[in-house]
Amino acid sequence: MSLHYTRRKAANLIAQGASVASALFGIIFLFWILKDVLTLGLPAVNASFFMELPAPAGVDGGGLANAILGTLMITVIATVIGVPSGILAGTYLSEYGRKSRVADVVRFLSDILVSAPSIVIGVFVYALMVKPFGGFSAIAGSVALAIIMLPVVIRTAEEMLKLVPDATREAALALGAPHWKVTVQVVYRGAIRGITTGVMLAVARVSGETAPLLFTSFNNSFWNFNLTEPTSTLTVTIFNYAMGPYEDWHTKAWGAALLITAMVLVVTISARFFVRGKAN
Amino acid sequence: MAEKINIRDLNFYYGTKLALNGINLSVNENEVTALIGPSGCGKTTFLRCLNRMHDLYPGNRYEGEIVMDGMNILEKGLDLIKLRSRVGMVFQKPTPFPMSIFDNIAFGLKLMGIKKRSVLAERVEKALLDSAIWEETKDRLNESALSLSGGQQQRLCIARAVAVEPEVILMDEPCSALDPVATAKIEDLMTDLKKRYTVVIVTHNMQQAARVSEKTGFFMMGEVVEFDQTQKIFTAPANKLTEDYITGRFG
Repeated sequence: MSLHYTRRKAANLIAQGASVASALFGIIFLFWILKDVLTLGLPAVNASFFMELPAPAGVDGGGLANAILGTLMITVIATVIGVPSGILAGTYLSEYGRKSRVADVVRFLSDILVSAPSIVIGVFVYALMVKPFGGFSAIAGSVALAIIMLPVVIRTAEEMLKLVPDATREAALALGAPHWKVTVQVVYRGAIRGITTGVMLAVARVSGETAPLLFTSFNNSFWNFNLTEPTSTLTVTIFNYAMGPYEDWHTKAWGAALLITAMVLVVTISARFFVRGKAN
Repeated sequence: MAEKINIRDLNFYYGTKLALNGINLSVNENEVTALIGPSGCGKTTFLRCLNRMHDLYPGNRYEGEIVMDGMNILEKGLDLIKLRSRVGMVFQKPTPFPMSIFDNIAFGLKLMGIKKRSVLAERVEKALLDSAIWEETKDRLNESALSLSGGQQQRLCIARAVAVEPEVILMDEPCSALDPVATAKIEDLMTDLKKRYTVVIVTHNMQQAARVSEKTGFFMMGEVVEFDQTQKIFTAPANKLTEDYITGRFG
């Protein structure tokens, strides 16, 4: 009896120890990265980093103002394209198509799309939008990011909508509400927290993408406000600067990395606050 | 008592499976009609025929007639939205919408086209008063309905159903998820509600059927075994099966 007890206690200790150790193992790397990004990136961050254009190669100083704007522009447009269509597709899967053949096909394809390498999507958009229109453009970058976002948004929207109990839908329909009103006014409200989280994760994911942008929005050393022109982004800048020969470029690349990390953090936290405020 | 709903030779199929077989029943106005029977006997299936809830899922089929105020509600092309605004429903588990207490009640009112804030406020208050939950909610109308207790949520759902002033209220085991105190409150409420509405309730609790209803129908295997005055069903049932069931010999 007591031998059993001791053995069970030991097994419990081992299992607990192993899971704590695994959790720590994961977290250590996260903090390690954050620490490096902070210590190496902070020296690059000053007023001119945010306000000025890049200095000519080999010359110290200047900033990444155009890349900051470019990243914001491309990510926002990608969100505007990808999120509404993703949520609507998720709505179809959960509220209308549920068991239909079409829904199964859409689910299957979006599961495949989730695991498609982002560079492949970059090449696809290159063939679709860059080659035919004769040049790199911000909008091509946005489309590439939107395509990467789409399956993530579709599947989270579907899963979150499905979490709303069918009894709630029936109750609303039993009051004499038409289907679309039940979806928009009742089901969406029940799912908004989860959908917002999913959208945030999708935005966070694409804002760190580099490969698809190399083929689409490419790069630019100057300001660009035109969606049909090549545009600088933080991630492509990190890619170029980190591989360049100049010490100042390396510092700037760290600075850009810090900025992207901070942006993702701000998006995530503010969306959480927004959702929490809404729920009460 | 005037007859409100007359069910004639109703058959109902889930796909090809016959779930209700030759149901004949009559529901009177301003009375509580209780439906009892063992699990899977078809009483909930029957209840959901009365507001055509089965139409939500493909493959379901009705035969026969359900005549409400002289009109067959099983007719093809019937306006289901209109039907459901006349026949309200309260579910087994509370189904509060993920919004404020006020908005839960106002949802149905807005569907009816009531938009004016002052009218909405008035009707919400009346519905909550009628459902004996006003005192508990009047200071927190803007809080989420999900913050209420189970019993309060169920009374809120009743308030939501009565707010739109339907003619018939269907209740599918409305107390099965509640404690005895909350159950007593809802039973009182039913006695109140029948003054203005026709109430049909499915229950597993035979004492409850005996306490609140005028008529009782005993269902078994998709058929009505016996339908009569509640008093008669519980004191001198005509059918041996009914007697066995209400005396607890099976089920």
